[in-house]
Amino acid sequence: MKKFISIILALALCTACASLFTGCGSSYEGEINVYNWGEYISNGEEGSIDVISEFEKRFNIKVNYTNYETNEEMYNILKNSNSSYDVIIPSDYMISKLIEEDMLAEINFENIPNFDTNIMERFKTPEYDEGSKHSVPYSWGVVAMVYNKTMIPEKPKGWSALWNEEYKGNILMFNNSRDAMAIAMQMCGIDPSIVTKEDIDKATEKLKELKPLLKGWVMDKVFTEMESDQSAIAPYYAGDIFTMLNNNENLDYVLPEEGSNLFVDAMCIPKDSKNKELAEKFINFMLEPEIAAANAEYIGYSTPNTEAYELLDEEYRNSDLISPPDEYLDKCYTFYNLPDDIYSYMQEQFVKAQS
Amino acid sequence: MKSRKPSIPYLIWMVIFTLIPLVTIVIYAFTDKQGNFSFEPFKNAFFYSNVFFRSLWIAFLSCLICILLAYPMAYIMSRCKERTQNLFVMLITIPMWMNFLLRIYAWVILLQNNGPIDMALSLLGINANLMGNAGTVVLGMVYEFLPFMILPIYTVMSKIDNNLIEAAQDLGSNSVQIFKKVIFPLSVPGIISGITMVFVPAASTFLVAQYLGGTEDIMIGDIIDKIFWTDQNTGSAISLILMVAILILLIIMNIFGDEEAIS
Repeated sequence: MKKFISIILALALCTACASLFTGCGSSYEGEINVYNWGEYISNGEEGSIDVISEFEKRFNIKVNYTNYETNEEMYNILKNSNSSYDVIIPSDYMISKLIEEDMLAEINFENIPNFDTNIMERFKTPEYDEGSKHSVPYSWGVVAMVYNKTMIPEKPKGWSALWNEEYKGNILMFNNSRDAMAIAMQMCGIDPSIVTKEDIDKATEKLKELKPLLKGWVMDKVFTEMESDQSAIAPYYAGDIFTMLNNNENLDYVLPEEGSNLFVDAMCIPKDSKNKELAEKFINFMLEPEIAAANAEYIGYSTPNTEAYELLDEEYRNSDLISPPDEYLDKCYTFYNLPDDIYSYMQEQFVKAQS
Repeated sequence: MKSRKPSIPYLIWMVIFTLIPLVTIVIYAFTDKQGNFSFEPFKNAFFYSNVFFRSLWIAFLSCLICILLAYPMAYIMSRCKERTQNLFVMLITIPMWMNFLLRIYAWVILLQNNGPIDMALSLLGINANLMGNAGTVVLGMVYEFLPFMILPIYTVMSKIDNNLIEAAQDLGSNSVQIFKKVIFPLSVPGIISGITMVFVPAASTFLVAQYLGGTEDIMIGDIIDKIFWTDQNTGSAISLILMVAILILLIIMNIFGDEEAIS
């Protein structure tokens, strides 16, 4: 008797599930899974465009939208879970890692006409994706410095300001190995895009010199530190510095004369995507001027989309922070994927420099 | 013989959440990245010995100050009327209802440059940098952990039988003698559980140091956290050393404490 009941229950469960699925299929023509950074798409707040529902409405395609917080988290999910994604938006070095491991599909650019017309020339030939077959740039920015004019009256020129004894105890530094090491390497005259263990050793020594001058190693804490006049100078991401400047008029920014890291996040299609054409449709939609402009304004980082750039507020367009001049961008470098042993060596040396 | 059945769920719990993680840590600590037996992680861990001892030192200082503050407080509380006692217990526990991080952040705002305390001091002509030194870290720790010292000592003290004190008075002891011969020995178990509850978390926490300390005040917990990103073996080795060190300290203290309580 017991067995009979459980069989009945199991059947009931199955039909319930089945009806659930047919229920979904009846209203949409298809669906895609989009996997993106948190707070990295315009969501309809304050009268902006709700990009996801706009896409759903226009093409009658359901979007399952999920978030990650770090490139590494996204990589682990992609590698180890059964769920398949159709569009992901990783950063430059992660894209080169995914390409190396053959995890990205080649994009059919015939389905993305907006790429040719809207993307800036500079971003059509990325170093992290040779031949530009696997990725479509979504957002970019540079690392810059923010400083407090009341504590540092004269505008600093380059990274050496961070090693300046005069500001001892009021200097902040990235609490993340890749960004901190890159700045230290630039100080030693090393190109930080690809590194060796010897380069890391030199940068570690440079960071050890910096440690006694520092107030702290920070990430998000940099906002409160700079906005409430607690620290004099810090390196951070340009889009975020733009936010800080709006919140405290004592602050100003510097694009370091040595150049800095230019980072790009780009849309890619994983190899195991089951709806590649819909994914391409989504990517093309994201490149439409109004949509890209809405996203750029929401995120606060720079857009690689010429047409969208024209639509942005003057405040954004005129800011060298959001749209650095070409001469500056030519001095910048992008990160490549590091081999695992080099990356863990870098992380270990960074912890040693801090201890 | 009593049935052992009721203890089975707890045994399963202990095996899953205590024993297995512990064994995993030991295995990790004695293997290299390829999974071969090796002392490499301990060799790497040795590099952080200065951080290690500094963490223990800061934990020790915080613990000592906690005892000095908590003991008189607990004594006074235990001598009050019962309603006042309940009020005290309430006042001590209320701050603990608030989020740990929020309370530390409140200290940051109090102590930061141009914050209220800094302002007041500069009006008096004292210019001091209050943040970012070991003293601030100890202050934060003492504030965070003081209730965990007061409550166990208070609990033990409030259970001391008044008849014992009266007996001592009858036998001609003055108040100093009563304290030395009766109250203090009986309160030792409270001090010991207080130390366990303060010293152990103080040695391994890093949030307080991250918010109130400078770059020199990095704690061993911070190192473990960071090193686990890429090197679980060294991280496990440091955790294991920390566990053993704390265990040894607690054993010594318990032996010492038992003698104290008996004599």
